[in-house]
Amino acid sequence: MRPGFGEQLIAEGDVDVVEEEQALIEEFRRQLDQGMWAAVPITRADGRREAEMVRAFEEIPRDTGRVIFFPRAAGGAA
Amino acid sequence: MIVALSATAIVVLALLWEIAMPWIDRRLEARRARRAARRAGDAGAAYDPGRERRAEQRARELLKSCVNEEEWAMYRDLGFLRVWGGQSDADGELRGVDYAYLIYPHKPIVAYLPQTGRLLNEYCVEFPDETRPYGSPRLPDSDDVLAKWMALRGDERRIISQANLHLPGRQIDPRQIQRDLWRLSRWERERLARAMRADAPRLAEPADG
Repeated sequence: MRPGFGEQLIAEGDVDVVEEEQALIEEFRRQLDQGMWAAVPITRADGRREAEMVRAFEEIPRDTGRVIFFPRAAGGAA
Repeated sequence: MIVALSATAIVVLALLWEIAMPWIDRRLEARRARRAARRAGDAGAAYDPGRERRAEQRARELLKSCVNEEEWAMYRDLGFLRVWGGQSDADGELRGVDYAYLIYPHKPIVAYLPQTGRLLNEYCVEFPDETRPYGSPRLPDSDDVLAKWMALRGDERRIISQANLHLPGRQIDPRQIQRDLWRLSRWERERLARAMRADAPRLAEPADG
């Protein structure tokens, strides 16, 4: 998610392909270095939709379809 | 006579100035932002009157694809989301306490007790883009809601610790929240009634054998 623009595709690839996985890892780290938070939308066994915050690429479920980055939260309107 | 007319003219000019100042400020601010965008060489940041609307449409689609059907319907119909508290509390410290949050776009997250409607706190939180040196516009409304939803679902403690804590009423009128809670309860009753009506014919069918 990008302020002023909304959803934008940053990178895509297949984690089963080594080169593509490496590119995804680098992009993941770059986004976190820029101060973004990463979340993975998930669907539980009972059908409930949830989200998991991830701090490392290894925490991302292998079968997930997408990772959403959004700016890090900060206290507002103090 | 002339003195009176002059005084009136001065007063009128002063009032016009007061009215015009915010408009002039906004125009100057927009102009400065456009110049900064041009200097940064970011063609995508150039003024585009439809950009924010398209961004919001994309954001709504993204939100719909991430939250539960009931939550999406709640946001679509009421303009806010309710998220139960303690859902992501891994160590269980907060489990068993029925509290919930109301998520509004670009407003504080409001914590309350659903049983009594008592408001607990306002958590003021923003998602500023730190990657742009001159600052940037805010997230589309639905992206702001989704970011809060994901953060509360995924790591409630983390986002609450980042937020500025205030007593209820700091930014959102408590009467508005009470009104929204009343709208929410009515919305849920109607939704339940619809679901029961839809199930009724199926339940009325005689069982086989």
